[in-house]
Amino acid sequence: MPTVHFTDADGTVREIDGNVGDSVMETAVRNGVPGIVAECGGSLSCATCHVFVREDCFEQLPPMSDMEDEMLYGTAIDRQDNSRLSCQLKLDGDDVFVTTPSTQV
Amino acid sequence: MSTAETLQPTPQPMTGTRAATRTGLLIIGASQAGVQLAVSLRALGFDEHITLLGDEDHRPYQRPALSKEFLQGTIESESLIFRSADYWVEHNISVVKGERIVRVDKDADGSGVAHAASGASFPFSRLALTVGARARRMEVEGADLDRVLYLRNADDALELKARIGEAQDVVLIGGGFIGLEAASSLQKLGKNVTLLELGPRLVGRAVGEETAEYFLQAHRARGLDIRLNTNVSRFAADDSGRAVAGVELSDGTVLPAQIVLIGIGVIPNTDLAEQLGLEVGNGIVVDRYSIASDGTTVAVGDCANMPNPVPGSAPGERIRLESVNNAVEQAKVAAYSLTGRREEYAGIPWFWSNQADLKLQIAGLCTGHDQTVIRRDDERGKFSVLYYRGGQIIAADCVNAPLDFMAVKNALASGRNIPAAAAADPATALKTITTDSPTANQPPEGA
Repeated sequence: MPTVHFTDADGTVREIDGNVGDSVMETAVRNGVPGIVAECGGSLSCATCHVFVREDCFEQLPPMSDMEDEMLYGTAIDRQDNSRLSCQLKLDGDDVFVTTPSTQV
Repeated sequence: MSTAETLQPTPQPMTGTRAATRTGLLIIGASQAGVQLAVSLRALGFDEHITLLGDEDHRPYQRPALSKEFLQGTIESESLIFRSADYWVEHNISVVKGERIVRVDKDADGSGVAHAASGASFPFSRLALTVGARARRMEVEGADLDRVLYLRNADDALELKARIGEAQDVVLIGGGFIGLEAASSLQKLGKNVTLLELGPRLVGRAVGEETAEYFLQAHRARGLDIRLNTNVSRFAADDSGRAVAGVELSDGTVLPAQIVLIGIGVIPNTDLAEQLGLEVGNGIVVDRYSIASDGTTVAVGDCANMPNPVPGSAPGERIRLESVNNAVEQAKVAAYSLTGRREEYAGIPWFWSNQADLKLQIAGLCTGHDQTVIRRDDERGKFSVLYYRGGQIIAADCVNAPLDFMAVKNALASGRNIPAAAAADPATALKTITTDSPTANQPPEGA
């Protein structure tokens, strides 16, 4: 069972067990992790599940679509090189380490 | 696991009534608005017990995917569940399934008892109505035939999924978001889909003329048979006399249909509010803090009629919004009210709809616009309409154009403008031309 390690903007870490095939966003929302809003429920429409992915996790993640790339330009906290929308990050069995921004809206 | 199983489950302690336990807050309605209210209250430190009560036999789930990914079979029903069972337990929130409240007795201090059809009762200190809306029924001969379906909740979606295999020809009635989303999903499943709309255009008033026309052309280009200005006179039965076999139009044409799916809008659920003596009119009338006319009950979501929260809207103008975003934002306002604070509605109303490869995102409300600017890039499949009133941008419909959507949403949220003249070139990024000041052609205040 992969674990998603969420670090919030204040440095608090939450470790949540996820299921293979679920997204990082789903894992967060179902367990009420603050810092992930996900108003659209994962249909790539709202850009409120923005996360910063730890460098060494980048390789294991699915590639970014053009639509995700465009949506990332509208996040509440400006995107960085390691920004992703967590609804697009399906768990494949490995642990994932992400940091949530100080606000999503 | 079958979809029915995954949506259904959850044994104790979440099932069952808790008639004996008085709850601090009883939330009637366990959909988006009710769930958000409970979650927001806990985030604000509300420490009384909460009961989140729904009339369906499912754990609280999200609806938008029912007509899209869920119908297409690209996501599991488990993905629709809002929160894990552990979350509710850890947060001292009792989730009650399958109880339909038929009467509420309430005192002036806001406390009372809600009575369910089952005979169970739920005493509360404070009441919230997040009772949503129900599908508008079509009243025409044959409307009660088997395989004439609606799509509003999970049971509707499960039935449609269970029966779609029997059908090759599907007729959809209603050219709104549900009709178009379901039509796209069913087309993707290989069905022969015809969509009938009574009016002269698609999507009613939710989008502007240009966007409606764009969707009409785009769907027709993708092979969807859309017929506007088309009136249904009756549904014809098959040989058994029990199930639908065709749809007869007012010109006498009969379209074969083994399934008819009706999406002709919703009606807010106001029965309980009326029984409680609350003011009702196109929904439960609430003030800007989501409080109903008795001064204690809060109402949130599709069922609530509120003062228009959009900056610059006419004084006294009221509005009822059917959207996830509204359920969320209104629930936050209500949560503040229940914790003794007064906070205004934050943010700008927004909507989305995914149909085939068309991603529609709407920011703001286009009501009252006096100018439009169209940004169209057919090569990249992008299309946006920006709406202006007095030179100030008030809304945008964006198709496959998240950058435009985000730029407009952010401009509206921060009270800025995107000058119309500069916005017409689709190659110009709207973000780069957003300005702090109104444009020169804005009329003076009060003009």
